[in-house]
Formats: sequence, structure tokens, C-alpha cells
Amino acid sequence: MTSKTYCWAIIDAMREEMERDTNVFLIGEDVAAAGGAFGASRGLHKAFGPLRVRDTPISEEVIVGLGVGAAMTGKRPIVEIMFMDFFGLCLDQIVNQAAKMHYLYQGMFKMPLVIRTSVATEMGIGPHHSQSLEAWVGHVPGLKVVMPSTPRDAKGLLKSAIRDDNPVIFIEHLALHKLKEEIDDDEDLLIPLGKADIKRPGRDLTVVATGLMVGKALQAAQTLAGEGIEMEVIDPRTISPLDMDTLVASVIRTNRAMVVSSAHKPFGFSSEVAAELQERAFFHLDCPVRRLTPPFTPQPFGKGFEKFLHPDVDSIIKAAREMLR
Amino acid sequence: MKKTSPETTEKETVASRGGLSSQEAHSLYATLVEIRECEAQLNAVFAKNLFPGYIHSYMGQEACATGVCAALRSDDWIITTHRGRGHYLAKGMALEPMMCEMFGRANGIAGGRGGEMHAADPSVGILGGNGIVGGGIPYATGAAYSALLEGSDRVCAVFFGEGASNQGSFHEALNLAAAWNLPLLFVCENNLYAEMTPFIQTSRLPDIALRAQGYGIHGEAVDGTDVVAVRDAARAAVQRARTGLGPTLLELKTYRYGGHFQGDPCNYRTREEEAQWKERDCVANFRARILVENLLPLSELQAVEASAASRVACAIELALASPDPEPSEALRHVYAP
Repeated sequence: MTSKTYCWAIIDAMREEMERDTNVFLIGEDVAAAGGAFGASRGLHKAFGPLRVRDTPISEEVIVGLGVGAAMTGKRPIVEIMFMDFFGLCLDQIVNQAAKMHYLYQGMFKMPLVIRTSVATEMGIGPHHSQSLEAWVGHVPGLKVVMPSTPRDAKGLLKSAIRDDNPVIFIEHLALHKLKEEIDDDEDLLIPLGKADIKRPGRDLTVVATGLMVGKALQAAQTLAGEGIEMEVIDPRTISPLDMDTLVASVIRTNRAMVVSSAHKPFGFSSEVAAELQERAFFHLDCPVRRLTPPFTPQPFGKGFEKFLHPDVDSIIKAAREMLR
Repeated sequence: MKKTSPETTEKETVASRGGLSSQEAHSLYATLVEIRECEAQLNAVFAKNLFPGYIHSYMGQEACATGVCAALRSDDWIITTHRGRGHYLAKGMALEPMMCEMFGRANGIAGGRGGEMHAADPSVGILGGNGIVGGGIPYATGAAYSALLEGSDRVCAVFFGEGASNQGSFHEALNLAAAWNLPLLFVCENNLYAEMTPFIQTSRLPDIALRAQGYGIHGEAVDGTDVVAVRDAARAAVQRARTGLGPTLLELKTYRYGGHFQGDPCNYRTREEEAQWKERDCVANFRARILVENLLPLSELQAVEASAASRVACAIELALASPDPEPSEALRHVYAP
């Protein structure tokens, strides 16, 4: 076992898959000699050469487009869009081209494309670098959307994403990049897409959390355990397809559910989970499903705004106490 | 016509252009006529209200698809647009499954999912049509990059209109293809109208080919009504792409006989302009050239015409008689297994 950061887990996943399959390649802004804007492709350019790890112009639409065309013609591209906030620049290639190609042409083309991107809420980088936009892509049939919260999950899910024949949006949270976890380097770590993970079992309340919120929910659960409240924390890990079976089974045991997310409520992940739970587990719920999210505003820059806007350990604890009152 | 090249490293082949064997003449004419028949007969079907949805007619532009695809190998790729029937046929898609797809039938090449704007056939290198103006251009770079990664000499040709040349996707793709020296043909069929807006109102430059200079690649404007000129320009571009000299922007000056779609009243252009372009009709003029140059006997041309008319009629008859897709099929293929 080796202690690995989330960032190195991502690099390891790409390196292992590029060694395993020569069809895998990586393109994006600053991914080659610079090793990635956030260091998430360090060493790959040297290991695999300039054709398989390549810097692109700052042209998001053609970065994704290149991945689409390469995937249709037998390659397994990984393309990096530095921040998810930049998806506005390349959504046509994602939504109209990548997502529909397999469907439209009845499986004539596979689309083994991974789009790696970052969400950077609560990192003080202002309104164009702080949005958790997973709902944009979770809304589109044909796309898979992955959002790991730990180094091990990041590695295992990315390796699976690269081997998947569908377009996968792989959303890394930048604030997690330095998080460490023990990972067995010798293992071919594959975590299936579409499987939720119960990060902490509990009997009193189910908390569904994603990305940065998973750690906060686990901290809250630790504190609440001291008060005799046993919170179950589930990380769906994959936003689409969403493992509702695991969430429903949990709520049937705990009878209460809270969703904690960095994304807004309207038409968002937390609303989707709440709606599914009321359809599938209504008569098991002792109280309404609670959604804990930032309010419906852009993310302003100034210090203090983020702490004010985003759910934190205290607000999770407060909400849990209210639900169990 | 005009040529704009930032460098003259490649061996120019203009001197050898224009040559035509009888066999080549037969093949080009057969494709032109087949496309023309499709467009004419589909318009008639549409007029009788028997066509589901819109028709984006390719009539008038046949020499573009025919000439470019004649310069490509079967294993080369093309990507086309919402006005793609000519490209499908010229690249070798079988007529009947193509036609059934146009009607959205179960036995269409895409099972009726694509309809008039979307068909594909990887077995002959057709990577799809598109409902988004400029949507195919970015992913053409990916097919070309696959060829580069494989070390093969395959090339990709992406067709689009002059309207798409004002999309960001065109500029991003041209720049990346130039920077990476991709084996790619950007084929702009300039039919003068972006949907219903004259191109001259939306660009300061009348020639799209000039834009190649801005990206440091070879650009060339060609008479898109002359199938041999188109083929020869495409051959030179393919040669450049195959030999590592990178992408080319070909602008084919052409004209869309119909409107943006059938039923468009074309009140944004004059009947005189339409008549002028029809005098340069790519099918009639090529037919005349074949006869003047004695490349094929009239009887052979008539046989080609009769065969195309009858095969297209049969294909349309088949499409009209074919079943709609099973509605529950809509649930399949959302994800690959």
C-alpha cells in the first residue's frame, strides 16, 4: 500500500491505462510538458511522448471535438477541460455529438471518450471558476457523469471510465487534489460506474453527498455520533447513471434523507435525488427530504462569501438535529 | 479560380488538371445523375405531401460531393451536414438504406433515428451528418488525428457550408488542424446563402478560401459547378494531406437551386440570379463536355440516366412501403453495453 493523493491517483490511473492500451491518449490545455494546470498529468508526456500527450490551443470546442472523432474511429481519448465552468464553450460537441452518436446510429459508433474536468467550489477563484455544473450533463441521455470524492475512488473510477465505451464526464474537485489515501499499487483497481458507496453506515438518517461535501458529511457524522445520532453517509460517486437502488434501500432503513451538494437546488442533483426518493420511498419517509445547497446566486470572489454560501459541517449537523427532533 | 497559398512547397498539379478518361467520365456522371435524380424525385414526393419532415435539397451542388469523393479512397472518412444526401451517395452509401433513412423508416441505415439530416456508414468511411451548422467540423480533427496516431495515410474530408464558416467551430478546427498538420480537407460549399441570409452580409471577405491564409494553410477557391475542377483540387488536397503537408481549405463556389428547405419561398434572392446559376448546371454542363470531347457515346449517358431514374424510383417506392420503426426501439442504444 502507498499513500497517494487524489491528484496522483488520477495520474496513476491514466498511466496504467495508457500502458495497457495504446489507443488511450490525452490532450488538453497545458497537459504535456507542463504536466497539467493542476499537475494532474505529471510525467505522462515524458512517458508516452508528444503524440499521446499533447497540448492543445485554448479551444474547448475542438478539444472535445477531437476526442469525439478519435473515439468514433477506434481511439480511447481522454480530453481535459480545465474547469467545468468552461463547458459553455464546448457543450455542442458534448451534448449533440458525443452523447448522441451511439444512439443515433444504432451502435455503429462507440464513443469511448473521457472528458476530465474540475469543479473548484470554495477555492476563492470567483464566478467563472467555481460552479458545480454536473446537472448540465446529468440531464443528457448518453452521457455518464462521475464525481469521485476520494483518491481510491478517483483512480478506480477513472480507470473504468477509460475502459467504458460511452462518453464519461469525469469531474474532479480541485479542493480534494491533496487528499491522501492508502492505495494498493499492484492492484488493477477498477470501480464500476453507477455504484454508490456507503462511506459510513448509520441507522438514523441517510446523507447523500457528492464531491467536496462527502468529507464534510463524514465529519458531521463523527460529531453527531457523540450525541448518539448515527448518520449514514452515501457517496453516489456516479451522478449518471445514479445508483438509486442503494439510496432507496438506505432510506428504507433510516426513514430520513438529506442531500448535500455544492450545486444549486433548482433542477439540480439534490432535487433529482429528492424526487426519486419520494417516488420510490415516500411511505418510508418520516420527514421531508432535506436539500442542503448553496443559495441560488453566482459565486462572488471576496473572502467570506464562500463560507457564507456553501453547506459546511455545522450546517449539516444543524439540519440533521432538526430532522431528528 | 483564385488560389491562396502561404507557401509553395507542394508540387503544384494544375498543369495536369482537367484530364479525364472515359471510365472516369462514366463514374463521375453516374454519381452526379444519381444525386440529381434523388433530389428531383424527393422534391416531387415532398410536393405530394408524402415526405415526413423537411427536405434540405442538394440540387445544384452535386459536383461538390461527386468531385471531392472521387478523390477519396473508400477507407478515407467524410463528415457531412444537414444537406448530406449527395455526400452519402458519392462516398458509397447504398441507395436503398439511405433512402429509407430519409423517410425515417425502420429499415433505414440508422433505423429511422436519423431521418433526413443524419445518416452514417462506417464501412465506407461516412462518420455522420449533422443537425448543427458547423457541428461536424470539430470532430473531423479527431478522425484525422486517429490517422496520425495510427501512422496511416488515411485522410478525412469535412463538408460544410459558408454559413458554418462563421461558427467558432470552423476557426478552432482550422487553427488546430493547421498547428498539428492534420490530414484534413475542409470543404466549404459556398452556395451564397446561410439558410436565408446572403453570405456577403455576414462577412467582409467574399472568398472563404482567403481565410486559409490566416491559419497558414493552403486555401483554394474552385468552380463548384465543374466536377472535374473539384475533383482535381480535391486530389491535390488529398495528396498534400497524405504526404504530411497538412490540411487544405477548399471553397467550392456553388448554388443551391432550392431554398434552405423545400417550401422556402426564396424571397431573399432574385429569379434572375437563379437562372444565371442554372445556366452553369453541373450535370448538364458535364454531360455536354462528355459529348463534345467524345468521351462516352450518347447511348451510354442515356443508359446511366435511365438506370439512375429507375433505381431512385425503386428506392423511394421501397421507402414509402416500408414500416415505421417499432416505437419501443426508441429506448435502445442510449448507452453502449
